[in-house]
Amino acid sequence: MSATSSATSKAVDSPSSSSSPASTYLVLGKYEVVVGMEVHAQLLTRSKMFCRCSADYQGAPPNSHTCPVCLGMPGALPVANRAAVEATIKTGLALNCRIAETAVFARKNYHYPDLPKGYQISQYELPLCLDGWVAIDLPDGGSKRIRIRRAHLEEDTGKTTHVDGYSLVDLNRAGVPLMEIVTEADIASPDEAYAFLTKLRTLLRYLGVNSGDMEKGAMRCEPNISVRTPEMRERGEYGVKVEVKNLNSFRSVRNAIAYEAQRQAQILEQGGQVEQVNMGWDEQNQRTVLQRTKESAEDYRYFPEPDIPPLRVEEPWIQAIRATLPELPDAKRARYQEEWGLRRAEAEILTSEKRVADFFEAAVAAYGTAKGKPQRLANWITGELFRLLYAEGQGQDLRQIAGIPMKPEQLAQLLRLVDERVINPNTAKKVLERMVRTGENPQAIVEAEGLAMVSDTAQIDAAIDQVLAAHPEELARYRAGETKLLGFFMGQVMRALKGKADPGLARQRLQEKLQSEASSG
Amino acid sequence: MKLTVDEVKHVAELAKLALTEEEIQQFTEQLSAILDYAEQVQAVDTSAVPPTPYVLPLVNVLDEDRPRPSLPTDVALANAPDREDGYFRVRAVFEE
Ligand SMILES: [Zn+2]
Repeated sequence: MSATSSATSKAVDSPSSSSSPASTYLVLGKYEVVVGMEVHAQLLTRSKMFCRCSADYQGAPPNSHTCPVCLGMPGALPVANRAAVEATIKTGLALNCRIAETAVFARKNYHYPDLPKGYQISQYELPLCLDGWVAIDLPDGGSKRIRIRRAHLEEDTGKTTHVDGYSLVDLNRAGVPLMEIVTEADIASPDEAYAFLTKLRTLLRYLGVNSGDMEKGAMRCEPNISVRTPEMRERGEYGVKVEVKNLNSFRSVRNAIAYEAQRQAQILEQGGQVEQVNMGWDEQNQRTVLQRTKESAEDYRYFPEPDIPPLRVEEPWIQAIRATLPELPDAKRARYQEEWGLRRAEAEILTSEKRVADFFEAAVAAYGTAKGKPQRLANWITGELFRLLYAEGQGQDLRQIAGIPMKPEQLAQLLRLVDERVINPNTAKKVLERMVRTGENPQAIVEAEGLAMVSDTAQIDAAIDQVLAAHPEELARYRAGETKLLGFFMGQVMRALKGKADPGLARQRLQEKLQSEASSG
Repeated sequence: MKLTVDEVKHVAELAKLALTEEEIQQFTEQLSAILDYAEQVQAVDTSAVPPTPYVLPLVNVLDEDRPRPSLPTDVALANAPDREDGYFRVRAVFEE
């Protein structure tokens, strides 16, 4: 097997500081944590991996998406799904992997009721993607590469439900394409694990190959965790690995690593030895628990799948897939900062979900890229709009931005109304709220609700006189030197004008009035 | 090639076969004989032949991602020894 493809040109190559011990996470003052991650991601294909049953199994009646192939009937012939192969290659390119020229499917043999064939078709010696990396951001502003050992393609298993005294098996999920991504043991803290998984999920969503929904089991993470002393690192030694399963959120992964590192360090500190076992995660009690395992060691007896000819991936095929890669989040973030002058914080959050980035870019296209304008848009999106999404949407999922009735162009129109002093920024927040709900144009809302900004000096002066007359006591205190009451008067004036006053003009007139009052009084 | 009794026990366990001591003895001999027979191909000089698990000159046999109808649930469950509400019903499994 030889490599044909190297790093994608679209990824931003950031300097690695992986060897820097400056930010080392230590347990009990001296134990380093060493974590490798295995991630399983269901691919968003329409049909299964080796048969053409629908892969859309969520919510389907049990065993309604099966056929002789995924039931494991003798004589049934599996045929690999082209879209799944291409999605894996696409992911490999985004993960800076080399794509194997020859990849082979293999049988992984074991007995379990959710695996009707008695083996899982996977890849073993010759996976599709090898030797890549993902860059994560470190808290000190630097970045670090987490190396990807391999990414390969396999099939999901069915689902077993344990009932009192027996088990029920649903094979709708059996055979759904599953991509397995394995990192090197480069992750050195719970936070790095969290950052890696977040980054990986963002990438998978950008590529459109996986939904990233951990709670639905579409993405599953299994960290293997060990600890070692700096002396062991110097000798190139590793501690005994413990694998943790059943983690259903990134937060759980982070907590499980912290807990497990502490547990192992304590064992070593007391002169004991860590056992190589599989643990589960007890979410309720926030601790790892030993998993019941078979006595005999795992013996999968992998061998090449004779029913599926090998994959030969030649350069034109890779190039065609590379051409479908979208601009990836790191490249986008750099572009927002360099070309549009965005601050890092907003650039980062806007690129964390492709749908948010798409919304932002469409809004910028409508609003303009003149100095300061993209940042102003970014502030509105990450501030008011996200607040509304969180408040009125379902949970904290920013992807909901694609489903709201308001279009990005309409947000641009709203900001233009502020720029042109048709409405003031506070009124714009109110208008935005209605736009998000109804999708109406901002002009229409301003007209319908009579929200146009009051810039008429006479009207503002009248309101100021009214406010000062109504608060003689505060006026006296102001005159006595309590100048911070300016804010109070300003609030009252805005209120008198139903929040629609031109705030700059109102403040100016109010100050002038108070000064003349002060000198005359 | 001589198989050991332990190897036969291990293979039997992997294949979920419960064998008596007598059967283990018997299969140890028979399986060893089969391996000896197959070992004859080792005599062929293959130093100039690249290894391959496949006998046909095929690569990239792929299907387009277009779903086709699945079996009706009743048909899918037709061979099941036991069923319940559209599920295969099996002996309790504890291991996750
Ligand atoms: Zn099927």
